[in-house]
Amino acid sequence: MTDLHSLALESFHTEQGAKFAPFANYKMPIQYPLGVKGEHLHTRESVGLFDVSHMGQLLVKGPSITEALEKLVPAALQEMVPGQIRYSQLTLNNGGILDDLMLTRWDDATWGLVVNGACKQADMDHMKAMLPDSIQMTYLDAHALIAVQGPGARDALTQMMPEARDLVFMRAVQTSWNGHLITLSCCGYTGEDGYEISIANTEAQELAEALTALEETTWVGLGARNSLRLETGLCLYGNDLTTATTPIEADLLWSIQKRRQTDGGFLGADIILQQINDGAPRKRVGIAPTDGRTPLRDHTVITNSAGDEVGEITSGGFGPTFEGPIAMGYVSQNMSTPGTKLFAEVRGKALPCAVCNPIFVQQRYVRSL
Amino acid sequence: MTVKYTREHEWIRMDIDSATVGITFYAQEQLGDVVFVELPEVDTSADQGAEVAVVESVKAASDIYAPVTGTIIKSNKELSERPELVNEDPENDGWFFKMHLSDPSELDDLLDEADYQAFIQEEL
Repeated sequence: MTDLHSLALESFHTEQGAKFAPFANYKMPIQYPLGVKGEHLHTRESVGLFDVSHMGQLLVKGPSITEALEKLVPAALQEMVPGQIRYSQLTLNNGGILDDLMLTRWDDATWGLVVNGACKQADMDHMKAMLPDSIQMTYLDAHALIAVQGPGARDALTQMMPEARDLVFMRAVQTSWNGHLITLSCCGYTGEDGYEISIANTEAQELAEALTALEETTWVGLGARNSLRLETGLCLYGNDLTTATTPIEADLLWSIQKRRQTDGGFLGADIILQQINDGAPRKRVGIAPTDGRTPLRDHTVITNSAGDEVGEITSGGFGPTFEGPIAMGYVSQNMSTPGTKLFAEVRGKALPCAVCNPIFVQQRYVRSL
Repeated sequence: MTVKYTREHEWIRMDIDSATVGITFYAQEQLGDVVFVELPEVDTSADQGAEVAVVESVKAASDIYAPVTGTIIKSNKELSERPELVNEDPENDGWFFKMHLSDPSELDDLLDEADYQAFIQEEL
């Protein structure tokens, strides 16, 4: 693993008993001694801590930045208030998705972006090429990002950071903790209430130790992060979203606000608006076996009763909270109604399965107090 | 009662006229929490090294191979209901299947416990 980037907290995670594996060109903690299932269940019941510093944290500044960014993402940004976060996608001319990301508006000339670790270089190249020269982009590569997720996250973190108490889902605040500047965002990727904290690498260990000392917390690796996001229907870039899937095929219409659905004005708007009106050829859905407990893994082929290929699983596994196999994938539009009976090709056998809502476990965000 | 081990981390225990097969403690530890086991059909025959069962953990699916050539005479139905037995008691209640051996001399190719322990030390 010599060519991999290291997290600033690598030795801290080693002390916590982490097992590491390569992900997004980083040597990442995959699991801790509690194990994937235990870490998953702990996050749903109490508070999980995640080091997601492989994600790309960017600051973009400049005159007319909001209008310029709207050309690259289908979310409505101009209506957002300072401290508001929106989820969106960097779209391409073909309607495909270069990456999905979180955008935080700080003021009229400043936005914070969090993009996927594996995509960050391509994202920066794309944005530098597409944004006017007057826009400054800063890659915060000396910052760690620690997620605190779970139903106990609000009470636990409020003991350390009083601002956490009243921060609702998709809002962020720049504040300080123990004299260190931090960005505290109420968001995450587990389907639970929780936060992401951005802090300088040099101060990250102090934060990690303070979070570890909270009674409710345990460290959680990427293994459980994956089952947590999959159970709550959240897409993983590279699996469920690619340059060959559009936001409409991916069932992300909810992330394109009304004005953008009507007016377009972003890369790929032609095809995306046409798909909003006429439907997309295929759609992202949940898929579960109708009997048996065989997990349907990534790249499992989905067929109809005649044996013709009609889709593919893009993310699949086992949901510890759902207590059964969970998967999402793409099927032809005419096969995408929940309840549609299909077959999954597993080890040479056609297993009966059915289309379902991809949200296997209800999301529990705190949207108001 | 002889127990032998494979480099694929199965154990095989000789009974009077058959053998019981499962995966080792080390194997279940590497797999993580087991959530599903696909067992072989009774009366099927398997060559040494053939894929006969699948164990699925929270992480991935892994093949289980026949340690020796023979016929499957029983599979552990308890694992359909309680796959976690593979983690809790891998070398007893978490067994996978029993088989009749076609050629017991194939057992000589397998590892004894000391060799297997040395083998996993190398893997670590």
